[in-house]
Amino acid sequence: METYILLGFVLVLSIYLGLELISKVPSTLHTPLMSGANAISGIALVGALMLAVGDQFGQLQEVLAFLAVTFASINVFGGYLVTNRMLKMFKKK
Amino acid sequence: MSILIENLSTLQNVIYIISSMLFITGIKMLGKEDTAVRGNFLSALAMFIAVSITLVNVVNPLIIIIGISVGAILGSVIALKVKMTSIPEMVALFNGFGGLATFFIAWSEYSTTPENYFQYILIMLTTFIGGVTFTGSIVAYGKLSERLTIKKTSLITKLFTTIFYVSLFYLIYSAFFTDIFEPNFDFYLILIILTLLGGIGFVLPIGGGDMPVVISLLNSFSGIAAAFAGLMLLNNVLIVAGSLVGASGLILTIIMAKAMNRSIGNILFVGYAASSSGSKSEETGEVKPINVSDAFLILENASSVLIVPGYGMAVAQAQHVVRELGELLEANGTEVKYGIHPVAGRMPGHMNVLLAEANVPYDVLVEPDDVNPTMDSVDVTVVIGANDVVNPSATEEPGSPIYGMPIIEVHNSRTVFVLKRSMSSGFAGVQNPLFFKENTRMLFGDAKESIGGLVSEFKE
Repeated sequence: METYILLGFVLVLSIYLGLELISKVPSTLHTPLMSGANAISGIALVGALMLAVGDQFGQLQEVLAFLAVTFASINVFGGYLVTNRMLKMFKKK
Repeated sequence: MSILIENLSTLQNVIYIISSMLFITGIKMLGKEDTAVRGNFLSALAMFIAVSITLVNVVNPLIIIIGISVGAILGSVIALKVKMTSIPEMVALFNGFGGLATFFIAWSEYSTTPENYFQYILIMLTTFIGGVTFTGSIVAYGKLSERLTIKKTSLITKLFTTIFYVSLFYLIYSAFFTDIFEPNFDFYLILIILTLLGGIGFVLPIGGGDMPVVISLLNSFSGIAAAFAGLMLLNNVLIVAGSLVGASGLILTIIMAKAMNRSIGNILFVGYAASSSGSKSEETGEVKPINVSDAFLILENASSVLIVPGYGMAVAQAQHVVRELGELLEANGTEVKYGIHPVAGRMPGHMNVLLAEANVPYDVLVEPDDVNPTMDSVDVTVVIGANDVVNPSATEEPGSPIYGMPIIEVHNSRTVFVLKRSMSSGFAGVQNPLFFKENTRMLFGDAKESIGGLVSEFKE
């Protein structure tokens, strides 16, 4: 119970921090920010890996962990690469 | 052995803290033009170290390595091959995959028996948000790539929308109003099915011009889903990174909704059709067409030109000829700027990406607030495939459904050229009085061809 409260605290503070950090983003960066943030949401990969750590590891879990790892990896690799490709195009006069 | 495990777990947590710091710095730098590339790199580095340290104690590395390899190859190929015009649907697709991953994580946690009531609620919530993000993003992908065309009023749309509400109700009921501590698969499977179908219903009724809002919101959801998965797995870095994504998606959603002067609720659950109860004045008047050579003569003598692109420019793939025209005008001594409305196109910043692809420097791109006050000193505005974002009804006609929406006030410039295929109305279904204004000239035809014609006139 205490752990959840503590982690809930981290969650709320992180959201506030995020709102503060990104509130004045120029419109040029709207798409790269979205796609870069999208790549970060691939952090689910760490969660997917944690599934493969537990001791109760049945067949269903094995399949689910494999699928979660695969899709999260697509998100991570694709997200970062496309963001980088896009940002490289932006030039100043 | 237990000391080793304890040390490893401590080391992992320290690395997670470092990773979180890098994510925070990375996303901060991603919000500024000069530092964005480095910001993205830092965030990738954060991801790399967090994943690496988690890999250390994976029990069965084989399936994990296969999974990561497959994902890495697929993701990289898609990211490097995709055309810049297809970016909106690709972001939607990647977003959906992130949602799907958290959905599978929640499912797997459920099948290993939730330890307590909190965890049970978190599993239900993560399943729901992850699932809705997945199928919602897939529908958004279909709509953006124009593979999926279903009318808002069709029976299928209504059916799926109803399922969405049912799934929401089922989630609340199953998470908060039952005392099931033992995993019950019949019960959970119903939630899974409802959630996946509900996600379709969440996005299906939302029209093309509202896509920038939906895609930002789905982006936010994928972050929230990851953050909830972090609570569920008691993992800090998932919570921090997921929350940052949730916040950035939320900010974009709010910016988009403000740019349309509508509430998020109105966009998601009402749409334009229902809100347009106000008087619809039948605009009549004469439309004054112009041909390419006359338009060229006017442009040649202009000292300042503002180009206002919209979704039509993306459809016509006209960004490269537009840049060419801009350069020729500048060589001719004309000051050229591009007026970009935040919701022009199908995703936040859509026009900026297309123009960047065509090598237009970003510092000649201006926002409505920068350009409206001095609009009367602009000689010519060239509207390319934009409609609602330049509709003067938004400032002049209180009964109009788009009244109050901030627009680029091109009608205040000396001359307006509107490049358009035909006289059809924009996404909002509102007639545009701009076309009938005294200072407006219509240049009918495909935008790419019309601009190409202007370019060759300049070259002669």
